[in-house]
Amino acid sequence: MWYYAHMSIMKTSSKLSLIDYIGNFNVRWGINRGSYRVNPGLYSLGTPSEESPVLVTANYKLSFDMLRKSLQGYSVWILVLDTKGINVWCAAGKGTFGTVELLHQIQSTDLNNVVSHRKLVLPQLGAIGIAAHEVKKISGFQVIYGPVKASDIPEFFENNFKVTKGMREVQFTLWDRLVLTPIELVHSIIPMFIISLVLSAIYGFSNLMSILFYLFIAVLAGAVITPALLPFIPSRSFSLKGALVGAILSLFTFLWITPSNILLFISLISMMTVISSFLAMNFTGSSTYTSLSGVKKEMSRAVPMQFGFLVMGVILFIINRFMGV
Amino acid sequence: MKQVYLKNVSTLTLDSEKCTGCGMCTNVCPHNVFSIQDNTAVINDKDLCMECGACEKNCAFDAVHVKSGVGCAAGIIYGTLRGTEPTCNCSGGGCC
Repeated sequence: MWYYAHMSIMKTSSKLSLIDYIGNFNVRWGINRGSYRVNPGLYSLGTPSEESPVLVTANYKLSFDMLRKSLQGYSVWILVLDTKGINVWCAAGKGTFGTVELLHQIQSTDLNNVVSHRKLVLPQLGAIGIAAHEVKKISGFQVIYGPVKASDIPEFFENNFKVTKGMREVQFTLWDRLVLTPIELVHSIIPMFIISLVLSAIYGFSNLMSILFYLFIAVLAGAVITPALLPFIPSRSFSLKGALVGAILSLFTFLWITPSNILLFISLISMMTVISSFLAMNFTGSSTYTSLSGVKKEMSRAVPMQFGFLVMGVILFIINRFMGV
Repeated sequence: MKQVYLKNVSTLTLDSEKCTGCGMCTNVCPHNVFSIQDNTAVINDKDLCMECGACEKNCAFDAVHVKSGVGCAAGIIYGTLRGTEPTCNCSGGGCC
């Protein structure tokens, strides 16, 4: 066949293997994340011809897998950019999913001679890094921004490469938020242990388990429950949402386990509220609608408050320990 | 349900003089901030803007401007500690 001359073209398929699914699970939990990359370059899926569409994606395996999974029954070319194993949206923000890398891959895969048309379908969220008019000017390829979600691609194809309004908009559904919580949880484990060790060093190591338990409740509040219930918690500020959930959850905890005195009670509630608030504030980075200006404004109010309550909590904790109140 | 962040913070601006109404900004905006009315772009709701910068990057006529960056607390903390612009320090994932 005509494209046999291009020995560099790799083959892939729309079927994900068990190993792919295990890998996708691992990456959500932060296991071997850094090594979860795909070789950049040009792939054939199905039996594409010189007229088949070219879809562009990042070399983060989860992005690549989601794309090919949605292409069952189609024959297409997939051009994988080298984004250092980072997903399309983040890589586009950093510029690695960018105009320069796209032009480089067009050239190094000899795309001009693989396809006869001059159209590239890019994920819409890649637009942050790509200047379509510059790509056109330099390479002759017209960039068509496809849907945000790979699963809408079949409909996009049937719709003659037109995107409907709904396909343009980024959603942040319960499921979208939930799949992001495992990694938030994993990232909190080590700091949680360190803080527990410090606190129990002050209070006596016999209390390590109960302190760990309290901190775990706080982490759960800020890193899992707040993200999951995000749109239903009052306030626009993530740190306030987190503080609210943290405070309520710690109060509930102490309905079951009554601390020995009021100072300890206030101290633990402040610390748990701060932890939950801080973790919830960090979820701005995972959300799909917070702006830099907004997060800066939120932090300028929230961080001093968090710091104040944390200091208060720690001081009360120490007073309670050494004054024997 | 549309989730909205803080009000009156976005740095998004549109120069109607330069706008040709090509519609590229409506194509790339992930929150449908723009629409085309009478052959020119208009901002529907600035509070929906997340300052991703896709519109500015893809406006061939230099009509849209926004101070773009990551709306990410960890990124801002990381940037402050290193004395750089806010930046994600992610090794790849759902996000940063």
